[in-house]
Amino acid sequence: MGRLILNRVPMKKRDPKERIKTFEEVALGYTPEEAIKEAERCILCKRPPCVKGCPVNIDIPAFIALIQQGKFVEASKKIKENNPLPAMCGRVCPQEEQCEEVCIIGKKGEPVAIGRLERFVADYEAAQGEVEIPEIPPPTGFKVAVIGSGPSGLVCASELVQMGHKVTIFEALHKPGGVLMYGIPQFRLPKEIVAREIDYVKRLGVEIVTNFIVGKTMTLDELREKEGFDAFFVGTGAGYPRFMGIPGENLLGIYSANEFLTRVNLMKAYMFPEYDTPVKVGDRVIVVGAGNVAMDAARCALRSGASEVTIVYRRSWKEMTARIEEIENAKEEGIKFMILHNPVAFYGDESGWVRKAELIKMELGEPDESGRRRPVPIKGSEFRVPVDTVVEAIGQVPNPVVPQTTPGLKTTRWGTLVSSPTTGATTKEGVFTGGDIMTGAATVILAAGTGKVAAKYIDYYLRNRDKPGVWEELTKDIKE
Amino acid sequence: MGYKIVKKRVLGPDSKMFVIEAPYVARNAKPGQFIILRVNERGERIPLTVAGSDREKGSVTIIFQEVGKTTKLLGTLEEGDEILDFVGPLGKPTEIENFGTVMTLGGGFGTAVLYPLVKAIKEKGNYVITAIGARTKDLVILEDEMREISDEVYITTDDGSYGRKGFVTEVLADFLKEGRKIDRVFSVGPVPMMKATANVTKPYGVKTIVSLNPIMVDGTGMCGACRVEVGGKTKFACIDGPEFDAHEVNFDLLMKRLGMYREEEKASLERFLEEIKKSGRA
Repeated sequence: MGRLILNRVPMKKRDPKERIKTFEEVALGYTPEEAIKEAERCILCKRPPCVKGCPVNIDIPAFIALIQQGKFVEASKKIKENNPLPAMCGRVCPQEEQCEEVCIIGKKGEPVAIGRLERFVADYEAAQGEVEIPEIPPPTGFKVAVIGSGPSGLVCASELVQMGHKVTIFEALHKPGGVLMYGIPQFRLPKEIVAREIDYVKRLGVEIVTNFIVGKTMTLDELREKEGFDAFFVGTGAGYPRFMGIPGENLLGIYSANEFLTRVNLMKAYMFPEYDTPVKVGDRVIVVGAGNVAMDAARCALRSGASEVTIVYRRSWKEMTARIEEIENAKEEGIKFMILHNPVAFYGDESGWVRKAELIKMELGEPDESGRRRPVPIKGSEFRVPVDTVVEAIGQVPNPVVPQTTPGLKTTRWGTLVSSPTTGATTKEGVFTGGDIMTGAATVILAAGTGKVAAKYIDYYLRNRDKPGVWEELTKDIKE
Repeated sequence: MGYKIVKKRVLGPDSKMFVIEAPYVARNAKPGQFIILRVNERGERIPLTVAGSDREKGSVTIIFQEVGKTTKLLGTLEEGDEILDFVGPLGKPTEIENFGTVMTLGGGFGTAVLYPLVKAIKEKGNYVITAIGARTKDLVILEDEMREISDEVYITTDDGSYGRKGFVTEVLADFLKEGRKIDRVFSVGPVPMMKATANVTKPYGVKTIVSLNPIMVDGTGMCGACRVEVGGKTKFACIDGPEFDAHEVNFDLLMKRLGMYREEEKASLERFLEEIKKSGRA
């Protein structure tokens, strides 16, 4: 092994001037030559910290070694031993806070671009034609229902089906994928890629039933009693939007980020009238909040015809929860930022359309529960700015439908399910959880990680449930 | 792999009834609930009230009025055709008990939404007075069906071409003025009619329930498109409703929000009608 190469191989991106006119993917990915060059920066640590940094424990040095040898398809298969969704995770994982954060090379220079390499091999394998399916063990005879087809459910289902269980995913919307489909925009995560990786999960043997709302179409208990499911995984996410609760919020032109993104991404409003669902984006748009969802909404608004899009955030640059890469992308595209400001009211015209937002200036006080400095309004600093469209991206909470219709399933005051942090087991026997309804709103890969852990313990439960004390063992560290 | 239309019936010049094969929805559907459907891959999701369901046959009945592109397109489908997506039952079922005497009001197409409620209210042993109204005689729907399940039926038309000239709310107002005992009112129809009902009953303190029809996308509490103001608080019609206490509803806001996509709806419809013309279909 030669000298350390401190800088990573850059990944090509579409020019900002071009990309704001289209929903085509912004990042273009590595070529095989670039991938090998980047892979060669990895020193293949014997005790690799990156694997521990990965919520699904991908054997990162092993797949990178395969790239070094030009064995791209094998590298992709190596990843899929731990993660069935590499093309998606390679694109949307916050690697800079996980595997790449702890990369040894990162101590001296830029860490190895693990995410870009993951994406490259997944795309490479898919381009070779139909992706091969690993061998599935003989059926165990157990049936598991996975509720929600977002990242946690997809990973949980893939794991379980590869252990020989019969798995059915129930999805409320008309397309599987959850936030991957309705939330994350085309230009960051093309829906063809989501569909491709979901197809892989289906080919593993997972059945996906769409248009089925557990709690409405049938309750969890009905699925157990009438359809004979032996265990459940609740991965229904954090899909319930929060609103600020300020005057004028129900004026026309004010959206939750969930509605705005669902219209644009799932319903393809950016192709209206070819697609039937419209979205209204005026000239001046403000997006409230500065997480990844806010960046997505702002960049969608820009691509949907807004002339000026501004992120309004009550804290400062440092506290923003969005990935740095996404903030950079937004800035490059001309999104404006108003930090240390917060809306306090909206005003409309006679027909009920929002026309002005009243903002107040903020300053940072003492740290709050999240450890970030608490934003405090500066009295008397209110002023009004003209707006035509507002998107509130201030967070989501878990959807209450499943907990409300499932006796015995307890929730915390944040609406998440009371569960064991080690096993995902809930307060109801045979029911496990993962993803945002377990942890509160987090990332795709953390959701995937919890889905994977739950799968392991669901398997354990199914094989041992007749022994006394098994459920108690799985739930012993539940704190209510 | 869609949801098959097993029966189609034309109810009026622009209202139709479909019976759709959807066993899972049929299993748990109750009066007051709705479904969301999407006709095809490029289609929008629209909510429609469950007009009836048959658990044995695994079918759900929907009644719709052709007002925009999606409902017009839906109306062109025939028995044996399939709808791509059909999900439900959504929303809370109507709270029905033996109230005593119940007056139910259906305005225009709202009569179709009202019909399953009237049936359920009657089954609970209530004395049911129904008033149905329409702009003109041709638009009066479900009269025979309502007569079968109601104790009294009154018809009004705006132009006086059939029944009493005027509005259904006037029938209600007269009863209340005469001192007739009415224990509960259900009113379904255009927003101004539901608002008028609320104004009529409020001075008498008669609890009045309306079924709201705001714009929806997912129908499961995910987006907040359907938010309405009830008692000064924001509610989601899809999961908190669709039925609310009429005396608490901000009808003016509802009306405004219903018009949010008027231009787009118009453009979409014109485009569709143009396509139909070109393809030479009826």
